[in-house]
Amino acid sequence: MQKAIGIRSVDELFSPIPTEYRLTRDLAIPRQMAESEIVDWFKQRAKENGEGYTSFLGAGAYFHYRPVVIDALVQRGEFLTSYTPYQAEFAQGTLQAIFEFQTMISELTGMDLANASMYDGSTGAAEAVMMAVRITGRHSGVIARSLHPEYREVLNTYATHQAIPLRMVSFTGSGQIDLKELETAVGDDTACVLIQSPNFFGTIEDVEAIAEIAHKRGALLIVSIAEAVSLGIVEPPRTADIVAMEAQSFGVPLGFGGPYCGVLATKEKFVRQMPGRLAGQTVDKNGKRGFVLTLATREQHIRREKATSNICTNQALVALMVNIFMTVYGKVGLRELAKQNLAKTAYAADQFSKHAKVLFAGAPRFNEFVVETSEDPYAINSRLLGHKIVGGFPLKKFYPELKNAALWCCTELTTRSMIDKAIDTAVGLAAKSERSARSKDAEPEEVAR
Amino acid sequence: MKHMTRKATRHISQNEGLIFEKSSPGKAAWKLPPLDVPEVDTAKLLGKQERKDLGDMPEVSEIEIIRHFTRLSTWNYAIDLGMFPLGSCTMKYNPRVNEFVARVEGLANGHPYQPEKISQGALQIMKTLSDCLLEITAMDAITLQPAAGAHGELTGMLLVRAYHQSKGNARKKILIPDSAHGTNPATAAMVGYAVENLKSNDRGMVDVAALAAQMNEDVAALMVTNPNTLGVFEQEIHKIAELMHAKGGLLYMDGANMNALVAKARPGDFGVDVMHMNLHKTFSTPHGGGGPGSGPVAVKKILEPFLPTPVLITKPDGTLGFEYNRPQSVGRVRAFYGNFGMFIRALAYIFANGPDGLRQTTEDAVLNANYIRKGLEGVYDLPYSTPSMHEVVFSDRLQAKKGVKTVDIAKRLIDYGFHPYTMAFPLIVHGALMI
Repeated sequence: MQKAIGIRSVDELFSPIPTEYRLTRDLAIPRQMAESEIVDWFKQRAKENGEGYTSFLGAGAYFHYRPVVIDALVQRGEFLTSYTPYQAEFAQGTLQAIFEFQTMISELTGMDLANASMYDGSTGAAEAVMMAVRITGRHSGVIARSLHPEYREVLNTYATHQAIPLRMVSFTGSGQIDLKELETAVGDDTACVLIQSPNFFGTIEDVEAIAEIAHKRGALLIVSIAEAVSLGIVEPPRTADIVAMEAQSFGVPLGFGGPYCGVLATKEKFVRQMPGRLAGQTVDKNGKRGFVLTLATREQHIRREKATSNICTNQALVALMVNIFMTVYGKVGLRELAKQNLAKTAYAADQFSKHAKVLFAGAPRFNEFVVETSEDPYAINSRLLGHKIVGGFPLKKFYPELKNAALWCCTELTTRSMIDKAIDTAVGLAAKSERSARSKDAEPEEVAR
Repeated sequence: MKHMTRKATRHISQNEGLIFEKSSPGKAAWKLPPLDVPEVDTAKLLGKQERKDLGDMPEVSEIEIIRHFTRLSTWNYAIDLGMFPLGSCTMKYNPRVNEFVARVEGLANGHPYQPEKISQGALQIMKTLSDCLLEITAMDAITLQPAAGAHGELTGMLLVRAYHQSKGNARKKILIPDSAHGTNPATAAMVGYAVENLKSNDRGMVDVAALAAQMNEDVAALMVTNPNTLGVFEQEIHKIAELMHAKGGLLYMDGANMNALVAKARPGDFGVDVMHMNLHKTFSTPHGGGGPGSGPVAVKKILEPFLPTPVLITKPDGTLGFEYNRPQSVGRVRAFYGNFGMFIRALAYIFANGPDGLRQTTEDAVLNANYIRKGLEGVYDLPYSTPSMHEVVFSDRLQAKKGVKTVDIAKRLIDYGFHPYTMAFPLIVHGALMI
């Protein structure tokens, strides 16, 4: 090849780079490793990473069973290693899969259509707010404090530079948004009300009542859904204008926080303001069915600075996992799966309530609940950790008023014996013997968060 | 070319319908274990919030699912079937060991909120990858949080804005060369900056004289892709950086074309203040039909205080952890810590290559692009004869005279089983073929 090009050494090809900027030494990075060494290195890291622990954490990332067909199919090279489907002729596999994904998400959320995915639930919610601003021509947002705190942080980052003021609305003793406060917060410049349901505490919101308040003042309602499995048994937010969803629960590994799968769904009349890729069904000149990316005039590669968003790469392969998961469980399975989540959680909350205070009992919940204890949840978690149990998520970091409360989560994978053991350890039934044991064994357990 | 034995071209072609068309009541591919806690009365627990019907969701068997998605997959072109000569978006081989290690239990099942004490493995992966990327770019600090390239650009622009704000003036506009990716102007607009176009000179590079004329105290930054989208290295990059810095501006580099630089030249050495990388372009994480990506952003010291929270730190006791208290931070750009699964894959790729492998990969990319250029020069019009790095841009000028446009050539390549080049981009080349 060098001969064909007419060069004596490859370095000649790098001559456009001024000499003083050319790197003449090796990069100071680890040496080349054999495959066996690479596998070993990562297995070692996995051992330092909570392998073998039972976890009661949810809070926006849920541990559900992943049917093995998911990885068997997404690892097919034709899916795994294909490019963005700009050349529709030989990306029909990806395009049809996206189309089915969009259709199922619309069906489950009660919306008319859905996009091909966003980065995750947090950025999806932020994009939904910007979309509402474009649709309404209004410039502020009203946000439930019971929206995932990290989603609120992301939204804050996006909104600051778009000059979108955000007003927070608190929650009542039932864990639901304070409707009276909401009523006064929504004004003539409110583009949207953004809530989460089930919300961060696992509480299911009265979406209809919230929609009425928003719509009365001409604002849109955006509903964020962080726990997708809830859609199997909880009525979807049909009165919402935009659903901003995190679909991680549908077959996507926890993976220490990503990659996940955000997705936006909306009413047909708002589609031109929706960001992100969209696949559509069409026919060729012979009347045969085909799938293409559509309405690209919303997107950055055509519209540049006037685009609906700068989003380009999305979460296609993760959306395929979600798609396969939805197909495996389907119409009946999703409901049964959701029911098991509901039952396990009801049992755990019931057991907890015998020894501690379960907050927000006045409203329905899905698979998370808040427990208030007399002891600091960090201390409880530290004790649990000694038993290879990761306890609930302490809430005071994000909600200082919920000082000794923690958010617990059960899924279909949480067994009764795990629940019983965790509660025994958490509420101190096992604590006495623990304490005496620990006083002998000097090192106190410390938990960073 | 040597004579090639051709195979019969007829191939299995399944007329695969939509999954919904295979559905019928009673079929199932799922089974739940028996419930070990008391059954619940859903109507009592949920009241009017109970969902009774899931609408037109499919009901299919497992073999139908396997066949459906396998058949769909055969309708895709992929790196495993042949190359994607797309210029900036050219894809690399996606090693299978990456997929294997990303699925090791403990990594795949790690919860983002599990205590740091039992997250040291994940944090070590993030730390090691960060260190490698900083060495590769010659930058001082990094965030792995952005979920893709465009998201990295957004983060970078937020950092630029926060930096200027800390000096008392956020400034008004961003300069962007006319050869830039569409994400650049779209991103600048999202951060509230006006976009000002910068014309390229006749060699396809930033016109330094024009830049000098356009640069003033209203300009927050220049977003430059280097090598640019024509595959041309901005030879006067140091002058560009000096011009920006002299008037208090910053130099942002879109790392879409890092494939041409890794182990051969480092952006931090030639004056870049902030840049993003695409792990799915340069570090072999699979494109998966459009994502997930990952877009780490590396910065010089002056921008470090503004990085998104949380920031990965080494604590006094030697363990790794996250620092949340960063008063000057731009805030979060994503929940949790980024596309962690992609960090694993990118790091496995770096391990598999080492310093020598990374250098050779870059050299091969540039060698291959120049070989293609040599082979096609004359057949297609080369609007800029400036030396090419890892990509080359032709135009359809010669063919268009006979009514054949870039799109026709692309579609004809598909007929022969090749993925075409990037069509009609960059915008400064009419009828572009970007390879």
